[in-house]
Amino acid sequence: MNVPDDLRYTESHEWVRVEGENARVGITDHAQAELTDVVYVELPKVGAQVAARGATAVVESVKAASDIYAPVKGTIVEVNTALEGNPALINTDPFGEGWIFTLKMDAPADVELLKDAATYRAGIS
Amino acid sequence: MSEAAEKKTPLYEEHVRCGAKLIPFGGWLMPVQYTSITDEHQAVRKAIGVFDISHMGQLTAAGPGAAAWLNRMLTNNVEKLEVGSGQYTFLLNERGGIIDDLIAYRIGAEEFLLVVNASRTEEDFAWLQQNLEGEAELRNRSAEYGGLAVQGPRVLELLRSMLGKTAEIPARNQIAHFEYEGIQLMIARTGYTGEDGVEIFFPAPDSVRVWNALLAHGESLGIRPCGLGARDTLRLEMCYPLNGSDLSPEHNPIEAGLGFFVDLTKPKFIGREELARVKKNGPARRLVPFRMKTKGPPPRPHYPVYAGSERVGEVASGTLSPSLSYGIGMAYLPVTEAKVGNDFEIEIRGQKFPATIEKKPLYKKS
Repeated sequence: MNVPDDLRYTESHEWVRVEGENARVGITDHAQAELTDVVYVELPKVGAQVAARGATAVVESVKAASDIYAPVKGTIVEVNTALEGNPALINTDPFGEGWIFTLKMDAPADVELLKDAATYRAGIS
Repeated sequence: MSEAAEKKTPLYEEHVRCGAKLIPFGGWLMPVQYTSITDEHQAVRKAIGVFDISHMGQLTAAGPGAAAWLNRMLTNNVEKLEVGSGQYTFLLNERGGIIDDLIAYRIGAEEFLLVVNASRTEEDFAWLQQNLEGEAELRNRSAEYGGLAVQGPRVLELLRSMLGKTAEIPARNQIAHFEYEGIQLMIARTGYTGEDGVEIFFPAPDSVRVWNALLAHGESLGIRPCGLGARDTLRLEMCYPLNGSDLSPEHNPIEAGLGFFVDLTKPKFIGREELARVKKNGPARRLVPFRMKTKGPPPRPHYPVYAGSERVGEVASGTLSPSLSYGIGMAYLPVTEAKVGNDFEIEIRGQKFPATIEKKPLYKKS
């Protein structure tokens, strides 16, 4: 299972890539493999304020709808509209084209509270 | 129920070997998928899929009075069955509510095989036993049998490869005995997918051999092991009901749109009085197939259904159709709303999405 070393991870299987004061968020390879066949993604609204661990997006597979949580507190600045036409990008490229949203972090230091790759990898193996 | 309490079918180790994701279902630990629900669904529509149905229950009723007694327990008319034929039928409670939907096969002049839902096996057996009368013996044979559903347009090629070119595969709804390398098989031309296919029953200890033989003979034909996920999307595209979702003791076969499998000309069967009344007065609600009118989240069980501002019901079954690429489902609606072409709305996470009532089946082979 792919777990890139340069990302941070949550208990609920989101990944975070720090880009200056922003955090780009998606779900991990492990999460997409568990969900399988993503058929619909409900994106948050740009400008929405989100709390850490607050339900922010919804990813639906054939079988079930799953909430995606904001890893840290902030404001949504960008959403991946490509997922509206091609939700399967989450399956095919979870750490790249399958990103879900970017938020401007209220406190960038919050990212330090998330798991590093080694800890996340240990948790799913 | 904890995971440890779930029963495993004789094919459990094979499922694990094939990479299945297993979930609790009706008291059993069953594969929900091996690779992808969509891929497994397409394998059945275009080639062949094989499903473990060992969890399903097998009850037998035998004796000179078996036919007459079953006719007082089931809605369809077993007297119309010749030896080697089966029919879809219902087991009802006194109020006409559905305990189970099942297939009854006449496997001998005085012997019947009932194939019932896994989660209802014990309840069905108890209800039948409690109402047993006349010269008939009822047995729960579920633990003795393994079962596989083999479904898809290339199924006859597979069976002829396995059983010989001249093997006479039974016609639709027929059942026949075969022998494969010393294993006794009962093969029924039935299924739950809308494709040509069979359901095969065999002694439980032979399960792995039958499974491996099917996969080996089917390999060049594109066979794939399929899980409950694809089983659900396939059956819903055909509008076949699922007990527990579309059927329950709170619903009767007439409002479920399955009155065809109820023979009200029979003088007596459990639930008959209530069904005769429903037939005469018309049901208050009806189970209707629908499709979503816009691209949006797939409908799912229990989502509220609205006609205008009024909440009129909820989704019974729903999914994203892999064949059609839009949301489909079934819902019970008041008869005033339950007309083909009628529009209504489904509330999903606080937002309403338009849906329209369609004819059965939702998926038609092109």
